[in-house]
Order: sequence, then structure tokens, then C-alpha cells
Amino acid sequence: MSEATSETVDISRLSERGMITVRGDLTSVDLQYQLTSLAGVDMPSEREAKVEDGRGLVWMSPDEVLMVLPKSDVEGVLGTFRETLGAIHHLAVDVSDARAVFELKGPKWREVIAKGAPVDLSPKAFALGQMRRTRLGQVAVAFWMTEPDTAELVCFASLAEFVSNWLKMAAKAGSFPDYLKEYKNDA
Amino acid sequence: MSTRLAAKGQLIDRSKPIAFTFNGNRFVGYQGDTLASALLANGQTLVGRSFKYHRPRGIVASGAEEPNALVNLGSGSRFEPNQRATTTELFEGLEAKSQNHWPSLEFDFGAINAKLSRFLPAGFYYKTFIHPRAAWKHIFEPVIRQSAGLGAAPSKPDADRYEHFYAYVDVLIVGGGMAGLTAALEAGKAGAKVLLVEQTSQFGGRSLVDGDAIDGAPVDEWIAQTLNALEAMPNVTLRKRMMGTGVYDHGYALAYERVADHLPGADLPRHRLWRIRARQIIAATGAVERPLAFAGNDIPGVMLAGAVRDYVSLYGVSPGDRTVIVTNNDDAYRTAIALREAGLDVPAIIDARNMSTGALADQARALGIRVEVGRGVGKVLGGKAVTGVAISPQAGEGAVIETIECECIAMSGGWSPVVHLWSHCGGKLTWNEELAHFRPDPERPPTSADGKGFVICAGSASGALLSDECLADAFDAGRKAAGSCGFEPEDSVAPQTDAIAEQFLEPVWIMPQGADISLRSKAFLDYQNDVKVSDVQLAAREGYESVEHTKRYTTLGMATDQGKLSNINGLAILADALNAPIPAVGTTTFRPPYTPISMGSIAGEARGALFKPTRKTAMDGWHAENGAHWEPVGDWRRPYTFQRAGESISASVTREILNTRKNVGLLDASTLGKLLVKGPDAAKFLDLLYTNMMSSLKPGRCRYGLMCNENGFLFDDGVVARIDEQTFLCHTTSGGSDNVHGWMEEWLQTEWWDMQVYVANMTEQFAQVAVVGPHARKVLEKLGGMDVSKEALPFMGFADGELAGIPARAYRISFSGELSYEIAVPATRGLEFWQACLAAGAEFGMQPYGTEALHVMRAEKGFIMIGDETDGTVIPQDLNLGWAVSKKKEDFIGKRAQERSYLTAPDRKQLVGLLTEDPKTVLPDGAHAVEGPPQDNGFASAIGHVTSTYYSPSLDRSIAMALIKGGSGRMGDTLEFPVSKDVTIRAKIVDPVFFDKEGERQNV
Repeated sequence: MSEATSETVDISRLSERGMITVRGDLTSVDLQYQLTSLAGVDMPSEREAKVEDGRGLVWMSPDEVLMVLPKSDVEGVLGTFRETLGAIHHLAVDVSDARAVFELKGPKWREVIAKGAPVDLSPKAFALGQMRRTRLGQVAVAFWMTEPDTAELVCFASLAEFVSNWLKMAAKAGSFPDYLKEYKNDA
Repeated sequence: MSTRLAAKGQLIDRSKPIAFTFNGNRFVGYQGDTLASALLANGQTLVGRSFKYHRPRGIVASGAEEPNALVNLGSGSRFEPNQRATTTELFEGLEAKSQNHWPSLEFDFGAINAKLSRFLPAGFYYKTFIHPRAAWKHIFEPVIRQSAGLGAAPSKPDADRYEHFYAYVDVLIVGGGMAGLTAALEAGKAGAKVLLVEQTSQFGGRSLVDGDAIDGAPVDEWIAQTLNALEAMPNVTLRKRMMGTGVYDHGYALAYERVADHLPGADLPRHRLWRIRARQIIAATGAVERPLAFAGNDIPGVMLAGAVRDYVSLYGVSPGDRTVIVTNNDDAYRTAIALREAGLDVPAIIDARNMSTGALADQARALGIRVEVGRGVGKVLGGKAVTGVAISPQAGEGAVIETIECECIAMSGGWSPVVHLWSHCGGKLTWNEELAHFRPDPERPPTSADGKGFVICAGSASGALLSDECLADAFDAGRKAAGSCGFEPEDSVAPQTDAIAEQFLEPVWIMPQGADISLRSKAFLDYQNDVKVSDVQLAAREGYESVEHTKRYTTLGMATDQGKLSNINGLAILADALNAPIPAVGTTTFRPPYTPISMGSIAGEARGALFKPTRKTAMDGWHAENGAHWEPVGDWRRPYTFQRAGESISASVTREILNTRKNVGLLDASTLGKLLVKGPDAAKFLDLLYTNMMSSLKPGRCRYGLMCNENGFLFDDGVVARIDEQTFLCHTTSGGSDNVHGWMEEWLQTEWWDMQVYVANMTEQFAQVAVVGPHARKVLEKLGGMDVSKEALPFMGFADGELAGIPARAYRISFSGELSYEIAVPATRGLEFWQACLAAGAEFGMQPYGTEALHVMRAEKGFIMIGDETDGTVIPQDLNLGWAVSKKKEDFIGKRAQERSYLTAPDRKQLVGLLTEDPKTVLPDGAHAVEGPPQDNGFASAIGHVTSTYYSPSLDRSIAMALIKGGSGRMGDTLEFPVSKDVTIRAKIVDPVFFDKEGERQNV
């Protein structure tokens, strides 16, 4: 993988990423405790993503979060949920194979996604810690930032090839509108 | 003849010549030229033939309003018709060809239409091509289509790429003239996030030519200063070559950026369509000059007065040595002055007004230019080029007083604000009597969700035509827009300029005012669609009173320029003919886009591999390499069959079926929907969703279930597995998974929000493989890892375990009637499992099979298929599935609907099997059964239709299923299916289960 420069966005698939869909009462103290202690991050609020070093929690809806973690940890975490949350009505399932995760690295990642997602991606409106569940062109996606110049995007696994082609086309060198940078400094 | 001047031309760089061709002739222009200015510089005043009469046409305007100068641009995969020469930047190697003539531009056979023009008035097609009726389709329409149209259609795929881009701003400003820049400065200083778009390649708009000193600085200096100030603001973005094309609800706007039109071959997206959400939109779109209607006003060399001075000043182009000015206002005098300053001759200014006393007129007279008042053009002399003009009294009928030789006629009928963007979303207009134009009515703007206006016009777009009014208006617009977004405008004053006062305009809609029919039928209103004054008057005489009807009858304003030049003139003529005031007649509707945009920009990236998302299973790559003949199923692609070398598709399907029934087959069933339903109320929820009972299902067991909508109609089916007391896995059809998921969420979120149930769509988490056939168990036993015996895993049971070292859940279910297991494994291990099955199955004769074999085998068993046996009007009882509709349950979705009399009627169409009398004849899908005496229409009544029909390899004969009126009670009857005029297929009604009625094969 080449070093990302200001004019390129490196796109790679994170195939070792594990994901668990958790649905439940997100205000429940017990659920929050398990989620935050297992993910090692704070509970995300609406449209927030708390992801550090490939582990964290992404808000998905008022009763759904996506826990991201190394794939090898998924079984163990699901086991812990079963043991500790048995009495609480919830649903926790491994969706690692159902989704594909892409990493977009390079300051222009915003303009790659802004070619397909109806989202205000100016740094002022969309910053580290935010997430959006939306569409990219014709397909459903969700994305969040992990570092100032890096974002992760998830889609359905069956569309991984399509989304990969889409991202590579959108990220072609020299094809950026050079618009979102305008506001970078006043963020 | 037009030519390049030795001086002037602020936009061109004479040190950079650019070679291009027009109709194969090699010309040279300069960097900064438009194609139009370069053509004029090369003496090419004839640029095309008109749409209907094939009259010679030349360049009329200098901007987006140009109706005539449309060319075929480029060649091969970069060919595009109907490109405006006035908005096409010149680039090296540009190839342009004129349009709508045969055999050549100079000699056009179609010009015969002009000679016949008195026989081709408005409504000619409607009146003439009515009888005989059949002739329309077979003779008239093909001939008319052949002769219509301007440019040629491209014959090759587009070589370029396109894209969209989403942007969110406080204030979108369309137009980078002095009004747009002034508004941007105010909104920007107030702190609003501003995007200003300018359709041309430079900022300044008309002020580059007509601008007076602003705040004491020459206008070009003021523009440079303002641009510097704007570029220093981090919250302001300026973009050139980007046109605001449309305004839509809630501040949504489209802008069309021509990224690489001027850089053909660059590895860039050619066009980028910006999809913008703006809280406020400022339309600083300027004004468009109106032509005057006089005989011969379309002869090449007749141009808008403003355009003439644009060509002189911006591009250093002379439109001809001698230019006669024809006007009803003061502004056109600027053209006379500019021409004279460029050293060109202005033999006369023909002013239709009875006096001309303004400052500009004084200036012209001081330069020695002859001014004739109370005069108009009797007619223009010339054919393919202007040779002179006959002058008549404006008040008269066209008697010629004098003839003046000239090469160019610069006309001005006044200026109309460009109100398109204001109007797109419902902004209303008001008639300005003094300036004879419609301007935006600020009291009635297009409104957003909050009921407040979200579009503001600025500068001449709002009717402020004089430069001082224009700047003051734009200044206010910028502040108002920022204020509406919650920003506090800074204390400042509007830029000051000393505008030259102008004498009033006198509306002139026809020249001379008493012009007879021979003149009126040569006075063009709409150049692009060849609509004349006489056509609109004829429409009025024939009773077309509404402007919208007149528009459609005469085609006035219906060409690609949307009547930018003809709109006001046309409706003024109509109003006059109807003896009504102009505002009472009103305008036609302005619609996006402002000027045509490329189809590529609308499609964006969605072409080729990105045209439509295709969902692929984990084994898709293997299928592709092993002869898969694809079939779309929902958004998935699935193998219809796995074709072998030299094998036909039908032979391939037959082989797969026979092998599966005899040995063992392998099916990729991953696309089946898999919805996990969990919670204390899951069983209760599913009892309401499915027609049959799911709460009585034991963990570890499966049950086939049906889902109906509120009207009782069947819409999805599948096998439900109970994982544990609170958890179910519901299989859905491949195309229905998202739909059923949404259906479940809708009921849970809107009706049964008190139920404790969560749903997760697990469709893609698992690859699912069906191992089907007499040797299925042997294959799984060979893979090893779990007990798949009859005892451990009975029919309609499932078990979790491991197969071939891969975690697996094996369902003992069958859609083929054979011994069958469906194995779900993690999707990322799907291919590995698939290949393990094939390796283990080799010794048992295993072959993969596709969706067609699946379909035939299920039909042999009489199993229904959603979408074949159902069409949205079919209830389970119609399909002999009454056994799966619970009588015990208090309620389920569709229950009450199914109790309605129509749905309980005994003679509803019911599912039956059909055996044709000739076993080799396969009924066509959808064939209708008819019965009884002929009706009034001569046909017998249709009593039902074929829903599935195949040649069954297992039975070696044709089989079909059909929905037949009262069919369940008609076993043994023979029905007639007339499939063509001479052929009627006869088939006997039988039980729809054709194969292994006792179900012994699957239960071993």
C-alpha cells in the first residue's frame, strides 16, 4: 500500500474486522456497562462513532449499536453477552461476514464519499466521533472517522466488489472537486 | 463579412493561436475565444439551418441564450450534438459541424420548406396528418421523424466519465457578475458559508463590457479587488464553468460543472453535477436582451445589440464593416458607440421611438452617428447574409423610405431578467410596464418548509437594470440572505457607481407596427423552432387563448433554448391578438435545466460496471469460472445453469435435474433471506405475521410459513426454524428479504411497539448450500463432523455442528422432493465449504445445479413460487395452501381480509396441475384458458392462466400449473388454451403434484 499523499486516497478492505450487531434498550445501565467495558470506549450518542484502534461502538439507530472489534474476539464477546445479559431483552449477533469494511486513508477521503453520499462532509459538520448511516450512490453504507485523515465505510458483503470499484473510481487522482478543503482551517 | 479586429479583445490571448475545424475547413482562433467568436473571427456568419424551414442561420447572441449556433461537436466516442457555439470554449483540435442540412450548409435541399412555408403554418401537422388513421403510424410519423431533429445522435459509447458531488452551504449564489460578486461579499463578510458559481470561464458578467467605474475604480480593477477579497475568505468558494441549472424544493439546487470540456482527453471527469443544499439561494443571473420582430430578422448578420459589442470588446471581433442599430431603448446606443470606437462604421441608428434624447443618444450623435427616430426595419435584405436594410416608418405598414447597405444589424427590444431559477420552485412574477418585462415579485418568492422564501434575485435578474440600482439591489440581497441564515451583516455601504441615466423604453412587438402578412410571416419570434409572428396570430385566431396551449400548438419556446429570446415577444404578440394586457396572458412555466446538461452528468458514475449494484454470493467467483449462465434474482446474480462446453442451455438444465434426482446436486442457496427474530414476544409476533402457527414450533424444528398483507394476499413464503424459546430464524424469498425485514420493522415500530422483539437481517452472514439427491447424506457423512442420520436429523429438523471442519447449521428441508440438506456456514467460508462438498461428492456423481433446475424440480413437486403462482391478488387458499392458514389463531395479518365474501367465493381461480394432451407440447407461460360461447368481442371468456410451465425431464413430458376459475372442483376436465390464431392447446386438469405424490424420496 502506497503512502497516502494529499492528492490520493488509499482504499483497502479490512478483512480481519469483526462486527457484532447489538439491539436493545441503549439507555439500560447493564447493557451500557457491558458494551463500554468490552469495547473499551464510551457509549456513543446519536450519530456518533467511538472507535479506537479497531475497537469501539458505532451508533446505528435508537436501539442498535455496531460493536467493532478484531474478528478473533467475536466469539468470546458474544459468550460474555450471553452470560451477563441473559436476563435483559436484547439481540447480539455476529455480522462480521455479512458486512465489508473499507478504510479510506488520505485527506481527500471526504470528497470521495461526498461524490455519493448526501451528507455534509465539511470538517465543521462532520468530525472525528461522528457517523452517518446513509447511501453511497445506489447502495446502503455507514461510515465514520478513525483519525483526522482516515475513515471507515461499511456495506453489505455481497456488494463489496461494487463498492470497491465505486470508491476507486471516485478516488481517481486529480478528480477531486477540491471543495471541502476550503473549510478545513476554520473547523 | 465578420472578421478579427487588430485591437480589442480583453478575453483573448493573441499569443496563443488555436487551430480548429468547422465543416472540415481549418480555422484559427485564440485562447479565450468561444467557438462562436472564433467562427465570426474567421468570417463564418452562416452556422446552421433552421429546424422547420431550413433557413440559413447565423450567430445571434453571445451567451447561453443563443438559439441558432448549435453544432455537432467532436467525433467518435467524443461526439455530441446540439452544442452551443457561444458557450463552447475553443480548444486545440476542436471539430465542429453544422446541423440540419442536406447535402451541405451552403446548399440545403430542405430549404424547399421555406418556399412552402405558407402551407406549413402552426398546427400544420395536426391538421394534415389525421386521415387515414393508419397512415400516421406507418407513413407520416416515420417521415416526420426523419426530417425532424437538429444534431445527429452519437453512434459510439461516451469515452468520458462523469460524477456527482454533494455540497451543503448557507448561501448559494448563481452568477458571477457584479451583482453576484457584490452579494457574495456581503454574505461572506457576515460569516455565511457561500458558494458562488459562474457559468462562463470568467467573472464579471456584462460589466466586463458595459461596466461603469465602481467606487472610483475602473470596473476591471473593482472585479479583481472583489475577487481577491472573496478568495481570502475561508467561508467563500468561487467556481467558474459551473451553471446553476435548477432550483428544487427545500433549497435543493443542481449545478452543472464543466470540468474538462475545454480539456478534452484529460483524465478528469468531464462534467460534475453538484447536488447542493442551500439555506438561501441568490439568483444573480442577469438579464437577456430581446430581439425585435421584423421581416428577415433571422438572416445571418442580424444579432442582438449587446452581443455585437460583446464580440467587439471581449473577443476583438468585428461583426461586419457596417452595422445598423435597430432599437426601442437607449442601451443599444452603447453598441453604436463601441463599434465607432473600434473604428467600424455605423451608418444609422434606427430608433422606433419618436424621440431620442438620452445621454447615450447625445453621445452617439456627438460621434457623428446618424439617428433616425420613429423609424423601424421594413425588411432585411439578403439571403445567406445581410446585405442591407430597408427602413420604414415604425407607425406605418412597411413602405420603404430608404435602403441602407450593411453587413450587420444590431437589434435591441429591451432586456428581460433571467427569472428561471426564481420560477423553478414557484416564485411569482410581476409585469414592469416601464421596462416591458416580467421581473420577480419579491413578495411572492418560492417558499421552503418553514413557509419563508428561499430564493432572492439580485441585480438585473430582479429587474434592476441600471448599474447603480443593480449594485444596491445585490448588496441588499447578500445581506438579506446571510441574515435569513442567522448571520449578522457587517455595517457597510453598497458599492457606488455613476450610472448613465436612460430614457424610457417604448415597447415594440412588431416592426413596423402595421406590418402586413408577407412581413409578419418573415418576422421570427422563436428562431430555434421557426415560429413567426404570423403563427402566434393564427393560433389566437383559431381560439388558442391560453399561453400554455399556444406554446404547444405553435411550439413557441419549446426548443432546447426554452424560448429565452422568444418568450416575452411571443406572449406580447398573443396578448395583442387577444386584445388583452400582457400580464393577463401570463408566462409559460420555466423548468430546469436552465440550459441543457449532458446525459452523462445526470447518470454520474452509474455506467458500465457501476450501472447497477449486483449482489454476489461467496461462491460467485467459482460459478463464473464454471460455466454459469446468469439470471438476475432481486439484486443478486445467480447461476441459471452451469453450462458445459458444447451444451445447450436446455440440455444443461435437463442434465442437472436428472443428475440431482439420480445422484446428488449442489445448489448455492445463499441468496435466501435470513431474518433473525428474537425476544420474549418473538413467537407471538410471528403468529401475527405468518398465517400458520409458529408459537407451537419446537426448538430444533422447521416449519414452512406464509406471509400475507393486510388484504389477505400472499407475498412471501419460507421455512422458519426455531433456534430456542425466544429465537427464530425466518427464511424469505431471495428477492423479498429486504422487503420482509422492512415489513417486520414497520409492524414493530408503528403498531406493536410494546412487543419485546428485535430483528436482524442475517442474510449475508451465511453462505447456504443445498445438498440434494439420493446420495446427499453420503456426501455429508463423508465431509464428517456431525450426525446427519435420519434419526439425529429428521425431515424438517435442523442441527448445529461442524462439517468439513467448518461451523455449520444443517437444515433438513427440501424444495425438490429429494433427500435434501441446506447447510449454512459463515459466508467467508462459503467457497471453502462449496469446494469441500464438490470434492466429497465427486464419487457420488455430484454436479452443481442452477435456478432453472430448482424451478423445474419444485414444479414437478407442485411447490409454488412467489411471483409465479402469486401476483398480488392470490390468497393461500387459492393455492391449496389452506392447511397453512391457521383456523385456531385469534388473529394474523390478512385474517379478516380473507373472510371477505370475494375471497371466500368457491369459484375463485385455484391452483391446478395441467397435462397437455400431447405430452411433448409445452404450454406457453401465461397462456389463457377460455371457455363458453363467444362474448360481444368475439372471444370466449378467459377462465384462468398458466403460472408455471416446463418440460419435466423427470417425467419426460410437459407439466404446467395454472390458476383456473373453480379449478379445484374440476379435476379431469379438459381445457382449451388458444395460443395463436390457428393453434389451440388442450390440457387436462390434474393434481399439481406431479412427482412422488407420497413424498417418499425426501423422507428417507
